[in-house]
Amino acid sequence: MTDQRFALGAAAIPRWLHPGAWWAWALGLAAAASRTTNPLLLILIVCCAAIVVSARKPDAPWARSFGFFLRLGVVIIIVRVLAQIIFGASLGTTVIVNAPGIALPDWFAGVRLGGEITLESLLFALFDGLRLAAIIACVGAANSLASPSRLLKSVPAALYEVGVSVVVALTFAPQLVSDVSRVSTARRLRGRTTHGIRAIAGSTVPVFEGALERSVLLAAAMDSRGYGRTAGISSSVRRVASGFLLLGLVAACIGTYAMVSAGSPALLGLPLLAVGIAVSILGITMAARRSVRTRYRPDPWWLAEWLVAAAGLCTAAVFTWATWSHLAGIDTPTDPARWPLLPLIPVLALVLAASPAIIAPRLPQALRPVHVREEAAVA
Amino acid sequence: MIEFENVSITYAGADSPVLVNASVSIPEGELVLVVGRTGSGKTTFLRAINGLVPHFTGGTLSGRVTIDGRDTATHPPRELADLVGIVPQDPMSGFVTDTVEDELAYGMECLGIAPEVMRRRVEETLDLLGLAELRHRALLSLSGGQRQRVAIGAVLTSHPKVLVLDEPTSALDPGAAEEVLAALQRLVHDLGITVVLAEHRLERVVQYADRMIVIPGAGEPLVYGTPADVMRLAPIAPPVVELGRLAGWSPLPLSVRDARRAAGPLRDLLIGRTPPLRVVDGGQSREELAVTENLVVRYGTFTALRGVTTSIRRGEIVALMGRNGAGKSTLLSSLVGLRSTTTGAVSTSGHDPRTLKPRELVHSVGLVPQDPGDLLEATSVADECRAADHDAEAEPGTTRALLALLAPDVHDGTHPRDLSEGQRLLLALAVVLAARPPLLLLDEPTRGLDYPTKSRLVTVLSDLADAGHGVVLATHDVELAAEVATRVMVIADGEIVADGPTSAVLVSSPMFAPQVAKVLAPEPWLTVTDVASALDGEAV
Repeated sequence: MTDQRFALGAAAIPRWLHPGAWWAWALGLAAAASRTTNPLLLILIVCCAAIVVSARKPDAPWARSFGFFLRLGVVIIIVRVLAQIIFGASLGTTVIVNAPGIALPDWFAGVRLGGEITLESLLFALFDGLRLAAIIACVGAANSLASPSRLLKSVPAALYEVGVSVVVALTFAPQLVSDVSRVSTARRLRGRTTHGIRAIAGSTVPVFEGALERSVLLAAAMDSRGYGRTAGISSSVRRVASGFLLLGLVAACIGTYAMVSAGSPALLGLPLLAVGIAVSILGITMAARRSVRTRYRPDPWWLAEWLVAAAGLCTAAVFTWATWSHLAGIDTPTDPARWPLLPLIPVLALVLAASPAIIAPRLPQALRPVHVREEAAVA
Repeated sequence: MIEFENVSITYAGADSPVLVNASVSIPEGELVLVVGRTGSGKTTFLRAINGLVPHFTGGTLSGRVTIDGRDTATHPPRELADLVGIVPQDPMSGFVTDTVEDELAYGMECLGIAPEVMRRRVEETLDLLGLAELRHRALLSLSGGQRQRVAIGAVLTSHPKVLVLDEPTSALDPGAAEEVLAALQRLVHDLGITVVLAEHRLERVVQYADRMIVIPGAGEPLVYGTPADVMRLAPIAPPVVELGRLAGWSPLPLSVRDARRAAGPLRDLLIGRTPPLRVVDGGQSREELAVTENLVVRYGTFTALRGVTTSIRRGEIVALMGRNGAGKSTLLSSLVGLRSTTTGAVSTSGHDPRTLKPRELVHSVGLVPQDPGDLLEATSVADECRAADHDAEAEPGTTRALLALLAPDVHDGTHPRDLSEGQRLLLALAVVLAARPPLLLLDEPTRGLDYPTKSRLVTVLSDLADAGHGVVLATHDVELAAEVATRVMVIADGEIVADGPTSAVLVSSPMFAPQVAKVLAPEPWLTVTDVASALDGEAV
């Protein structure tokens, strides 16, 4: 009998992987995508995300969002390329089409409308759009793998209040959609038009009225179930704690930005991030003492979580190193255009990034999508 | 356990108090049924038990409410959460999380109960309410009865001593209502919890109650007593009690079982007499108002209707019955063209309702949706009526005149939201009728309606049918169907499983038989009125 804390993949008891681990993995993958313009690597990153999502996504409404994010990515690529064709500065010399252009006045230099469309500028836009699409696909993967409500359950007690508002917002979104359709139904039943601006104007008030009424009911229900019981802590302690938390988060945000954006000095990022995190933790522990809340079945952070998070973060580290050391193939030159290389080390890192499809524990039977369940039954 | 001492409650801005000098003392372990007309203050009474009134709603409360020694004046609802569990009328409106298990744990998390205790209590509650199969399910995917049981479970895990429920079965089909009531029964008997519930459907709950509280409204004092005592005098009573009164049984029966034991002589007396037939003159030769031909409706992978073929004629009142989610609402919305049909055809007055413009549609078919408030959006009754005249291209004043016929006690200046549930339904009905649609559809019209309003609705619907309208009502209320319908259609799993004259369908069904039919079976009697007219004043 293996210790469940160290069991991986099929050997582990079926359970949810900690949502934090999925986000760490996905953000690592996204950071890797932000470091390269090699279309082959970018496509491989999207494939990685897709493999893991199809292997470990649960059967829940929010888990179907991956497809939406992929479509969004395609739209982004198209928009990016169109923007390049219409407004972008021309690169290179390989003219494909000579579109009719509009000559803009001199003081509008740098921007042009139409004119020569070159292969180089098209490729540049395509790769740039692809990079953004890959980042979005990674975020989409995290969205379909990590349950939003479980993520919020792992939020520290001090952020609990914020967490509750987000949970409420999450449950309200689908209800708002059903409200809109109910109001439009009612308009049809009264013989009014259901399309056009007048219909939208006419249905706004009832929809918001419904939402407001529901929030009042929900607030009453939460109050009657004991929400907001506190363990008497003075308000000055509370304010200091909130202050620390805010300060820490701002520092951490700036630090992260400095780390990720290639242009900033690397030495600024890391220390600022570390200080930010430390101050936030201090604020969180101070504020946590005021809440009497306990947690029901918190998701554990075991070996599988470490490995999944590490898979993403290592990939990010490898890509960052590759950029710094100007590894051949991490960027694809577009002027002049050349066929992209496939560098070995980043590809190996991506194999690692796809490993959560195997090492993450399976979900409990009832939560797997139907086709996976049927396959399991056949096997 | 629950003490009300001279409690009067007045909401801010209201002219008169909702409750006046209410004094009642409910001992531990009782199942108390609270009844009263809509708007009489039942919900206010219930919400005063855990301090939501006045802490949350505002207004003033004079007198004292104490729960197990804790005064609600000094304890806001959250400080009573470990003592009182309150389940709102619509369970969905009180859910905070998104899955069954998390919802059961939420209250305990707020109270700071130790994780191991929480784990054990969730398991116990899952078993107690028969929810173990559903533990991972999303709350949105549950049926009405399941939601209600989850809502009860969600407050039970905090181990309250008092459980308060506002109309727990009003939205449920008879089967699901039985499940919920059986669960409550078990809580009272096995765990000694004090249960206070408000309910309009007396026929479903009166037999389970230890005590009843009647809130007469309008400042009259509360009546508190055993169901048998209260029922002897109450102006409203379930059919089984009315039958007992008619037959002069003593003690009055409260359940079908008691009534059947006493009913031997009455059954003998009724042999050879036939119930009045409820058929439409001209029957099959009357004009068809709506026809569906092999109608199939799918939502994604779910098939809501699988091949429904039926027709509705002038003068008919069709009761559409079946479980929650069987396809009743889908059939109604297909008839007004709100659902795209996968295959098959629908026609109302010879047209496919989907091709009609809203303006034309209202003249051939009208639907009063489940929540009639959806249809209303003006800020006063008079404005609403004017808007309805405009929408229906009717003479100015048409809707107001209709409303005066349906509900004479509604005032022009009232905001539709301030009307009682029943008045709102009748206003919505007037709005729909302004366009004179020959076919009228009602989705669950008796949800939240008290007996007087229900009998008003019965008269209104019968008059409409006599005037040549065709009426279809989807309902869980078997007593209403027995009272008013000329034809009953039972839908299960998207198919019509029974369709025929009311008595033929209802009498034989264990689930849908009205109380009188159950008492007098195998004789085909449906309502107390039928029995009374057949006896024609003869002594029993």
